Amino acid sequence: MPTSFLLLALISLPIGGALLASWLPTYARNAAATLAATVTLACLLCLAMLQGVSAEGVRADIPWLPSIGINLVFRLDGLSWLFALMITGIGALVVLYARYYMSAEDPVPRFYSFLLAFMAAMLGVVMSGNLIQLVIFWEITSLFSFLLIAYWHQSANAREGARMALTTTAAGGLCLLVGMLLLGKMAGSFDLDVVLSAGERIRAHDLYLPALILILIGAFTKSAQFPFHFWLPHAMAAPTPVSAYLHSATLVKAGIFLLILLWPVLSGTDAWYVLVGSAGMATLLIGAFAAIYQHDLKGLLAYSTLSHLGLIMLLLGLNSPLAAVAAIFHTVNHATFKASLFMAAGIIDHETGTRDMRKLSGLIRYMPLTASLAMVAAAAMAGVPLLNGFLSKEMFLAETIAQSSSPQFSYALPALATLASAFSVLYSLRFIHKTFFGPPPVDCPHTPKEPPRWMIFPIAVLVLICLVIGIIPGLTIAPLLNAAVVAVLGDNTPYYSLRIWHGFNPALALSVIALVSGILLYVCFRNRINANPRGAPPFLHRFQARRLFDSLMARLVMLARFMERRFSTRSLQPQLRLLVLVPLIIGLIIVATSGGLSISTNVQAVDPFFALLWLVGGVCAVGAAYQAKYHRFVALILMGGAGIVCCLTFVWLSAPDLAITQLLVEIVTTVLLLLGLRWLPVRREDLRKETRRSKIRRGLDLSVAVIAGLAVAALTFAVMTRPAANSISSFFLERAYSEAGGRNVVNVLLVDFRAFDTLGEITVLGVVALTIFAILRRFRPAQEAMATPRQQRWQNSFDSDHATRDVGQTLREYLMVPRVVIQWLFPIIIVFALYLFLRGHDMPGGGFIAGLAMSIAFILQYMASGTRWTEAHLRVLPVTWIGLGLLIATGAGVGSWLFGYPLLTSYFQYTDIPFLGTVPLATAMLFDLGVFVLVVGATILMLVALAHQSIRKPRVVETDTDTTEEDALPAPEPEAETLQTERPD
Amino acid sequence: MEIVLSLAIGVLVASGVWLLFRPRTFQVIIGFSLISYAVTLFIFSVGGLRIGAPPILDPAVKDVSAYTDPLPQALVLTAIVINFAMTALFLVVLLASRGLTGTDHVDGQETTEQ
Repeated sequence: MPTSFLLLALISLPIGGALLASWLPTYARNAAATLAATVTLACLLCLAMLQGVSAEGVRADIPWLPSIGINLVFRLDGLSWLFALMITGIGALVVLYARYYMSAEDPVPRFYSFLLAFMAAMLGVVMSGNLIQLVIFWEITSLFSFLLIAYWHQSANAREGARMALTTTAAGGLCLLVGMLLLGKMAGSFDLDVVLSAGERIRAHDLYLPALILILIGAFTKSAQFPFHFWLPHAMAAPTPVSAYLHSATLVKAGIFLLILLWPVLSGTDAWYVLVGSAGMATLLIGAFAAIYQHDLKGLLAYSTLSHLGLIMLLLGLNSPLAAVAAIFHTVNHATFKASLFMAAGIIDHETGTRDMRKLSGLIRYMPLTASLAMVAAAAMAGVPLLNGFLSKEMFLAETIAQSSSPQFSYALPALATLASAFSVLYSLRFIHKTFFGPPPVDCPHTPKEPPRWMIFPIAVLVLICLVIGIIPGLTIAPLLNAAVVAVLGDNTPYYSLRIWHGFNPALALSVIALVSGILLYVCFRNRINANPRGAPPFLHRFQARRLFDSLMARLVMLARFMERRFSTRSLQPQLRLLVLVPLIIGLIIVATSGGLSISTNVQAVDPFFALLWLVGGVCAVGAAYQAKYHRFVALILMGGAGIVCCLTFVWLSAPDLAITQLLVEIVTTVLLLLGLRWLPVRREDLRKETRRSKIRRGLDLSVAVIAGLAVAALTFAVMTRPAANSISSFFLERAYSEAGGRNVVNVLLVDFRAFDTLGEITVLGVVALTIFAILRRFRPAQEAMATPRQQRWQNSFDSDHATRDVGQTLREYLMVPRVVIQWLFPIIIVFALYLFLRGHDMPGGGFIAGLAMSIAFILQYMASGTRWTEAHLRVLPVTWIGLGLLIATGAGVGSWLFGYPLLTSYFQYTDIPFLGTVPLATAMLFDLGVFVLVVGATILMLVALAHQSIRKPRVVETDTDTTEEDALPAPEPEAETLQTERPD
Repeated sequence: MEIVLSLAIGVLVASGVWLLFRPRTFQVIIGFSLISYAVTLFIFSVGGLRIGAPPILDPAVKDVSAYTDPLPQALVLTAIVINFAMTALFLVVLLASRGLTGTDHVDGQETTEQ
């Protein structure tokens, strides 16, 4: 099987599993667990098959955005293989454990879905071969860890903890993104392999320090390093399987992984030493010290996790290859013993109903197996010989001694390391002694007993690994560790040995000191610690990071509110003024600083008729502006006049397609606005009152408008008279006929060269039409606009005054002659529209123009004969037309896939058709047909939906739904809530 | 010719901007349409003004400089149609707002000053 296939399978299996699990019934616990177990085991199988080749490094490239150097690259080397093994291996054990931990009342498939998705994201992080891709997966891990921590979302603590974790890690992720962008800029590529080989250049670069700080913020927030450590203890509100997974092997190790990965690139400088080393040291001590005082089992484990993460960070910060080896080794060891301890804590919680160590005692009587396993794991955490924790901790101590020759830390470093190790012994001992030994517990919610066998199994596996690594490291972990170390350090790999016994040396002495002093400290202080009411360490409890975080968030919100109050408004006018003024001022500044617009005298002679035409156009525009408030109808007609002048300008300047489109759109727009006029309130000029303030404001607006007009005029003139630029138009002119078989280049551009744009555009048109339809379904006109229009009242009163006439007769007879003419015109306009459509490829015309013409045919019927008559005689289903048009256009585009061409490739040939002669037939024509059909549907839908408002029955008539109306058109709905609000109580 | 069209665009923009700042929805919609005219004419004019140049290809004339520039025309054609859709949507939104709030002020409530 090709390795690239295995790589892709490794990442896609959990994604597919997550999707499948999300579709399972809410309480299908066993099905979800089986699915998740199958997926994780399959991933493990893939990993096993990749183990041999990964030592040399394998990668799979999928082009994504090759033009800017961003591709999907999945790579696997020794290091990422080791991390992937932890992610999938511990993942598989957590899947098994969670099946027994989660209660049948929980929506377990959702849990497994999140878990698998999180696993996929973690695998994505460790397997990414591209910096940007890595950040994306990194952020996905933040999102899914949020969902996992908040799984019991009914608990406020879980929501709070999840929000805190997400805020911290996602904010760090943003910093990381910027850091990665800088890193990519320095290396000249976002490809990880290129970046890894450019270490020298990057460290010497000016941007190194900002990039380093940003990347470290990302890694520190993720791996909960001081001062970003506060979120991790609060994340303990998550279900225990989540804690076991996220806080042992995965989420918090992502930051560690990143720093190990970039170790060859970023480390080796003083900045790295100071930043990473001090953050690690601070976290190590604070975490270990705080862990001692926790009464909550999971709280103790959370703080101990902090301290171990700090230990690994400190090792990475020491700038020594041997320390890096120890860091990788301790990462693996910590994952094994911490996952098993979390699971053991979960079992205790599950079987006794409490995690409070003050209530727990003597559990070894009830659960001997769990107790023995937990004891071994805790011993590994404390660094007892013959266990894996001992090996890496001894390497750590040896490294601190080796570093103590450097002046910065001298003896402080090994002393502090030993102190932290003693603390670690202390809290491990407390965990075991308080929980499992002593008298039987007195106030446990449940009577303790051993859990189901399969719940202990994952712990047993992990403890066995601890033992095997601790006793025979050379036969077990050594080759895997070596592959990982070589992947990171390459030729700089130092000599190291994984034996248990290195003889009597200083490191062993420190180990012994730590062990003995830890035990002594426990013996001396245990009663005081257990009696501590707060469950928090002395001194440190004052600095409640959570309170700081909360007040910081509150201040941010206050700042945002203040800014909104100060700088924002819900009023439209100031916003529009800003929108106009800002670009105007910026434009003026640019023109002023760049030496003004270059105005050329290279102009064509002014045609007096053209000038006259625009005199009319200008008067229309200004008139429309002047009349738009009190005389809407006049303004509308004047605006139409300006539109007609535009249309004539297009005719004048050799753009027939534009002229036709403009004319037709002008007609449709005018009809549309006319339909809307009825619903607007009457505005009476005699009520106008002019204050001084409003005069000033109008004066200012007028001057801004004039300046904007002058500026645009100058800009237009400068653009028009500039020397002809090298345009891509000649490309289209040369190829329109030879390659697309059309002589109307504008139409060929629309349906062939730029067909994808057109597809997007008609989609927008369809969406707008449907939106209008949807808004109007709920339209409630203002009360005073509901009455019968004045003209109709006149007509009706005329009818009632004359004995020979029925009421409504004048209305029926109104426009009799135009109505007949328009009814006759209907087929003629349709034929004309089809003609415009068919000739579109070679002559002015095409789908847009024909569609508008066709819809005008329908609108004329509505206008002349009325809505009821028209719909009684014509079935108009505009929504169907819209859907059909989109389908045809998309189908014409997708069709080219069948022949192996890219989307929307068109094909044409000249065909002899009897009587018509040689006709060019292009598949672009089919696309144009889609455009045509959609434009017809959209235009009719917009206008008719608006027109229907006039014949809707007033809402007070409760039951009346006019059955003669098309169901596709907005019909008045009897709405319960509206009716209720309208009835006077 | 250029100066006439530039001034025409300027007048359209000035009238449109003035209307954009007005408080009544119908004024804003008219202003919006006038600015749309100006913008379509501006984009169109970027290709240069050609009077009497053929827009339709003639297989006999190979020289591409003899024709009008089709690219701005194609851009403007779609712009005109989208303008129409925008105007329609805007109109319906303002009608709905008028129905809901009982006023045709752009903010949905009358202010003391106009």
